[in-house]
Amino acid sequence: MAGSTQGLLKRITPQLIILAAALLLNVIVFPDFFHVDFRNGRLFGNIIDVLNRGAPTALLCIGMTLVIATRGIDLSVGAVMAIAGATAASLVVDGHGWFTALIGALATGAICGAWNGVLVAVLRIQPIVATLVLMVAGRGVAQLITEGTILTFLNPGLIRLGAGTILGIPTAIVIWICLGAFVAFAVRRTALGMLIESIGINEASSRLAGINSRVLLVCVYLVSGLCAALAGVIVAADIKGADANNAGLWLELDAILAVVIGGNSLLGGRFSIIASLLGAMIIQSVNSVILLSGMPPEFNLVIKAVLILGILVIQSPKVSYLWYMLRASGPQPQPDRKSPRPRTTPEEKTQ
Amino acid sequence: MTEQTAPTGTPTGTDAQDAPMLHAKGISKFFPGTIALDDVELTLHRGEVHALLGENGAGKSTLIKCLTGAYKRDGGVITLDGEVINPASTAESQICGIGTVYQEVNLLPNLTVAENLYLGRQPMRGGLVSRKRMVAEARRVLRDYGLDVDPGEPLTRYSVAVQQVVAIARAVEMSGKVLILDEPTASLDRDEVQLLFSVIRTLKERGLAIVFVTHFLDQVFEISDRATVLRNGRVVGTRVLSTVSQHDIVTLMLGRQLEAKVHDRQTGAAGEMLLEVDGLGKRGMLEPFSLALRKGEVVGLAGLLGSGRTETANLLFGAVPADGGVLKMHGKEIRVGNPREAVRHGFALCPEDRKTEGIVGDLSVRDNIVLALQARQGWMRPLSRAKMNEIAEHYVRTLDIRLASLDMPIRLLSGGNQQKALLARWLATSPDFLILDEPTRGIDVGAHAEIIALIETLRQQGMSLLVASSEMEELVAYSTRVIVLRDRRQVAELTGAEITAQNIVHAIADEPARGVA
Repeated sequence: MAGSTQGLLKRITPQLIILAAALLLNVIVFPDFFHVDFRNGRLFGNIIDVLNRGAPTALLCIGMTLVIATRGIDLSVGAVMAIAGATAASLVVDGHGWFTALIGALATGAICGAWNGVLVAVLRIQPIVATLVLMVAGRGVAQLITEGTILTFLNPGLIRLGAGTILGIPTAIVIWICLGAFVAFAVRRTALGMLIESIGINEASSRLAGINSRVLLVCVYLVSGLCAALAGVIVAADIKGADANNAGLWLELDAILAVVIGGNSLLGGRFSIIASLLGAMIIQSVNSVILLSGMPPEFNLVIKAVLILGILVIQSPKVSYLWYMLRASGPQPQPDRKSPRPRTTPEEKTQ
Repeated sequence: MTEQTAPTGTPTGTDAQDAPMLHAKGISKFFPGTIALDDVELTLHRGEVHALLGENGAGKSTLIKCLTGAYKRDGGVITLDGEVINPASTAESQICGIGTVYQEVNLLPNLTVAENLYLGRQPMRGGLVSRKRMVAEARRVLRDYGLDVDPGEPLTRYSVAVQQVVAIARAVEMSGKVLILDEPTASLDRDEVQLLFSVIRTLKERGLAIVFVTHFLDQVFEISDRATVLRNGRVVGTRVLSTVSQHDIVTLMLGRQLEAKVHDRQTGAAGEMLLEVDGLGKRGMLEPFSLALRKGEVVGLAGLLGSGRTETANLLFGAVPADGGVLKMHGKEIRVGNPREAVRHGFALCPEDRKTEGIVGDLSVRDNIVLALQARQGWMRPLSRAKMNEIAEHYVRTLDIRLASLDMPIRLLSGGNQQKALLARWLATSPDFLILDEPTRGIDVGAHAEIIALIETLRQQGMSLLVASSEMEELVAYSTRVIVLRDRRQVAELTGAEITAQNIVHAIADEPARGVA
């Protein structure tokens, strides 16, 4: 568990390196990449754009990380974004305030998440199938809410959530960084992180150890629904309208990719939200590089694919085994459990 | 019934003077990490019913699969009727003459009896299946087996026993030399078993060599001439059943030298009543079970595999919800519907299958040790890092868990150390009632002795334990009482000086008259 700062740094080193490389590419194709302006009370610059445009993926990957840690997956987040955006839009169009709209959207997100959670935890439907239901049906629900149109609105409060600023920083950036930090902190400062990892690695053992895996699973999907709802509101606010068909389209895949790039195994278990957020930023940096280099945007998808492949190869059991053997074949030929050389905690007796 | 049954009719063929029907020699089969069969020899004579016995995992099914070609054997020679055969599939072995009938009848229930009997080799007329001839022939064949059924009816209309006989008829008609019956009586009632046995006797007279695999020793003695006992992939003996008792066979199966080890523990010292269980059971899993457990008592659960040991542990712990029954703790009725509630009442369970139900492999040893305690405290009250280290270090020291670091994933520990870490997980919750299911399975000798010593220490500290084990000596070493299970119910209870390995084996094997299991 990345409890200590040192452990956390060690855990996210690969992501930091990849992110640095991606940012470096940005600088190469666009030397002014890191230049930041302060105009009209708002920060401007390419790096700010990366942080801002990456907000929806970043928000989604917070919940997705937790879901994947339980050995699940949530395919419905894109559709939940559409539902939440539609809910918020229709509420302000009906004359409610922005705050009511936000709460309404979050509540729908929570209901969607709880629905997924119940399918997975209580009915024991495989997560990929259970969330596929809402992925498909969700956009239909969103269309019912918007009544088939792109529901535009002019409520300044709601628009500020997507396009506004707080102390000069775009609101979306503030939201994802704060929420990410809060959730990452909360799971590690309570026992939730460990319990979630435990049910992801071995649910049978965890249940026998007295963990309430059912409630935990529902909660995890609920958090994922909430994150998706927040992302949906931001996207809707950004374009000042709810587009049931296109809001968050395919974004669930970016979120999963971010989690994977963050070094979290799709088989569940140990997770790091910070690493996933870095993954989201890596994806956005790659998008930015392609945009800034003037390459046709079609390349984006191919390069993304190459990136996934590269990271999956590095994560594959075969490669990690080779890596392990390479490191092991140093001074100690066989660092097995009997090897009396404690590396991390020297105070332990090992014999 | 009596312990011995004279074999009926035809040669019992102790030592092969007539050439055996099937002779398998030096059969070996390796799986990654284990030797499933090691130089196994099996001889089948004409007109012989040969029982294949052994605990689960002894190698019975592997041997059958090697004989029928379902597995590719890694060594050995199979001679059938004087010819060396090398069947590469079950279909090939059928053509050679070895037919197999499995416990779950592998027929097609929605087809008719006749179709099932002749599937793939239907009598033809002018390029078309002659249904009339098929039904007529099926009727004739089945009459030979003592079945008077309408072959034109769908198979599902008839009982499992009839289906079983149809499956046998099909196997015999197609193969005709060796018939392998894999637990054929598992789902039959008493009369159906007799129907099946009469068929087997007929086939025996026809000169077939029959392999009979079962867990029911009564049936073995009733129908079989000889028995080969496997243990850990080796043949530990082949016996003519008319010369041995059930007790001898059980001894062979379990592999215990039954020295009369006297139990030297005083049992009177047990403390106040802790747990009373009345009528706890689940249909199809465990007959209602009662137990009264005092403080400082170690109750051993003995029985063959499948006798209900693990089921008892799981029901008590709520891992499997019970159908009925009352649990009282300190005289007060409690509800244990799931492990969480059990833990709250001070129960703890170290499950039999350490890998799939015990350890959380990728979590660190530290997390694994504090897991149950943390789960009981709830997520809102996390143990501090320092507290976790303190608990983990304490048990690493007292239980002598050997590891490089508390941060290492528990799956990297050896079996014995994993088991100790799991014990630590539960001891950290200071349970009143500790259930251990096969606590010493698959661990090295040193850890084995330490765990047995630990059980005694815990008992002296006033903890109550229920220990299920297949190791007789072990049970004798630590139990203050031994409950013997058979066929998913309690059949005997041994206390004090009665607790000897010999008595336990007797209780497992010998039985008063009772119905077909």
